[in-house]
Amino acid sequence: MSVADTLPPLFTLPHAVAGVMVLSLNAYVLLAGADFGGGVWDLLASGKRQEEQRTAVADAIGPIWEANHVWLILVVVLLFTCFPRAFAHFSTALHIPITLMLVGIVLRGSAFTFRSYDSKADNVQRRWGRVFAIASVVTPVLLGVCLGAVASGNVPMTPPDGTQTFTELYLTPWLTPFTLAVGVLTLALFAHLAAVYLAWESEDRELENDFRARALQAAICVFVAGTATILLARTHAPLVFEGLTSGRTALGMQTVTAIAGLAGVWALWRRHWLTAVIAAAAQGSFLVWGWAWSQFPWLVPPTHTITELSAPRITQQLILAVLGVGTVILLPSFVYLFRVFKRRDVGGTAAQDSAFERLDR
Amino acid sequence: MTDLLAARSQMAMSLGFHILFAVVGIGMPALMVIAEYRYQKHGDPLLKELAKRWAKGTAILFAVGAVSGTVLSFELGLLWPTFMEHAGGIIGMPFSLEGLAFFTEAIFLGIYLYAWDRISPRAHLAAGIVVAISGAMSGAFVVTANAWMNAPTGFDVIDGVISNVNPIAAMLNPASFTQVLHMTLAAYAATGFATAGIHAIALLRNTPHKAFHRNALHIGLLVGVPASLLQPLSGDLSARHVAEYQPVKFAAMEAHHHTGPMPFVIGGWPDVTTGSNKFAVEIPGAISLVMKGDASASIPGLDAVPPTDRPPVGIVHVAFQIMIACGVIMGAVSMWTLLRIWRRKRGRGKSLPNDRAFLRALACTAPLGFVAIEAGWTVTEVGRQPWIVQGFMRTADAVSPVPGLIVPFIGFTLLYIGLAIAVVWLLYRQILKTGVSNMPRAGLTEELPIPQAT
Repeated sequence: MSVADTLPPLFTLPHAVAGVMVLSLNAYVLLAGADFGGGVWDLLASGKRQEEQRTAVADAIGPIWEANHVWLILVVVLLFTCFPRAFAHFSTALHIPITLMLVGIVLRGSAFTFRSYDSKADNVQRRWGRVFAIASVVTPVLLGVCLGAVASGNVPMTPPDGTQTFTELYLTPWLTPFTLAVGVLTLALFAHLAAVYLAWESEDRELENDFRARALQAAICVFVAGTATILLARTHAPLVFEGLTSGRTALGMQTVTAIAGLAGVWALWRRHWLTAVIAAAAQGSFLVWGWAWSQFPWLVPPTHTITELSAPRITQQLILAVLGVGTVILLPSFVYLFRVFKRRDVGGTAAQDSAFERLDR
Repeated sequence: MTDLLAARSQMAMSLGFHILFAVVGIGMPALMVIAEYRYQKHGDPLLKELAKRWAKGTAILFAVGAVSGTVLSFELGLLWPTFMEHAGGIIGMPFSLEGLAFFTEAIFLGIYLYAWDRISPRAHLAAGIVVAISGAMSGAFVVTANAWMNAPTGFDVIDGVISNVNPIAAMLNPASFTQVLHMTLAAYAATGFATAGIHAIALLRNTPHKAFHRNALHIGLLVGVPASLLQPLSGDLSARHVAEYQPVKFAAMEAHHHTGPMPFVIGGWPDVTTGSNKFAVEIPGAISLVMKGDASASIPGLDAVPPTDRPPVGIVHVAFQIMIACGVIMGAVSMWTLLRIWRRKRGRGKSLPNDRAFLRALACTAPLGFVAIEAGWTVTEVGRQPWIVQGFMRTADAVSPVPGLIVPFIGFTLLYIGLAIAVVWLLYRQILKTGVSNMPRAGLTEELPIPQAT
């Protein structure tokens, strides 16, 4: 018996597609997550530089939020193409939270755009701004709730026996202390990512301080929500708890997440912005992959695996080919987008000066 | 209201809402790219101002299109899980291609909108071209998925199990070509004429910025007229295709109740109980003549299938006639446009701002492209009923088991009504009502002067 036979079948076609889905979700969390987090800081903007904070958020999100949003569409399309039964099942069992999340997505995107292009009069801006900010808070919570409900095994694929009530079928699976904790954790993580990025991008020292303080506060929230999630998992989602804590890989991932969190706080404290960004991104990524690993090999825990639910082989092969071609087109495009807008030495001499100052510090 | 009807209404409403924005996402980039290309060639700052203003409008509409499109991709599962469970693996591929095209569009639209001063003019124009091409492609991919529902191919059903799945054959199904062609032309015709019409209204009102509006109107017609003139040919292809692959839908479109020679029914309301058309003008044998070259050739009517397999013929027929009427009017105005150009070249006829009859015609034509698109989608979707996948799966068997679907239907309807009001108000106040600075000067086009709302 060779070594390959004893290893779990990790690298089959469906697993590759599932891996790409987690990767897309990871990208969504790091990019679009920060856009939602920006909405949180718009809502919580305070102090003397309230307006400057809001402007910084809007400038950071403006050119990129639509492109960032597409990562979620990619996850959904991959799910319904390559795992159609899982898609049909999730959209039925989680009908209510997904619908609410969609309302949040619609309101966030359109209110942000309306605010950008509508009259600059204060009351108009405040009205759209409030819709944008509230939707930015609600949507990530619901996203986390949906993922938490799936991971906890609350939405198994069992045929209804006809005795369950509406509440049992469509409400209790996702309305648990554990899923709500995951929702809050998602929100805290998004807010943290946004504050770290904003601190890094700020060219104004005072604004930088504002976002640094917010990033540190959010880091504490991530820590509290993360701990609460794990503690609640013990009692309310034993599947997740077992997945998160058993095995060297799982424990390794939790350790790296914790180290990244601590490193992020240290870097913020010492104002090593790039380190803080990398640490925050690593923390977010390892949370996503830790969750994915905890429920592997289940796609619908605890009844159906990734392999069991996969679409025909030819579909998966074609999708991977499409993704390959897409990567060749999109990766350079994305690099170009971020280079055009996130380059620090553009926008005249003032910005250049501050960039040089930064290098000197 | 049954859950099935609620689900169908929600889908129809979401699609009908999204399609307006999707069409603008295909058509507007072409207009703004032409404006920018002309600006770079002639150096007239008004053209740059035009490109910027259109880009602003595109940004607002694109954002609403992006979020309402997201809603649709989720609704496929929220409302039709059984359909997606079986169709996802067959027809998901064009959706993933659409995702990639949309991704490209979003990235380069971001660059186009925000990087006027950050990249070279040539790179900026190139970004606009990428937006225009990827917008058209994402529309085309989605339409192939819909075409598959009308002409399902690329799989076999053996003992009730789907096998031999071939996603490429499914995407390149027999209906794809005609539907993609028809929809893409419709997008350019609708956007071009809507733009020309809006600026015609401005000229009719004697706004002081005639040069600006004339430029805009020209570019709108440049896109709208060729598309409107080609559309009848594409419509003929589509009709022949439907007649062959979906004879029942074809019979409903033409309100053809009984198998036999098919007349051309103009107007009227089909009465299914008597199997006749009230208040209609009929040209006997006309469709048979066009389709088969013989006025007495028999074409299947609605009675070729049992009543349970027939679509609601009234809606389909009326929607079809509305679409045709809009297309005919747009074609006629297009011919008028060509005639005007021909006469003006010979030094005859009035100049554009003075040709009030022509401007009025353009103003009236402005909404017709969008009306035609909504009517056309009604024809193709309602005409396919009671099937969600023609001949294979009934809509009633595909609907979600979640009870109370009327709640999300009402919720999304209210949400979209609110959005529609906000968008119209915003476009009116921020794009149309804002003045253009009196004289184009160098450096003027940096930012449009926006009067403060009172």
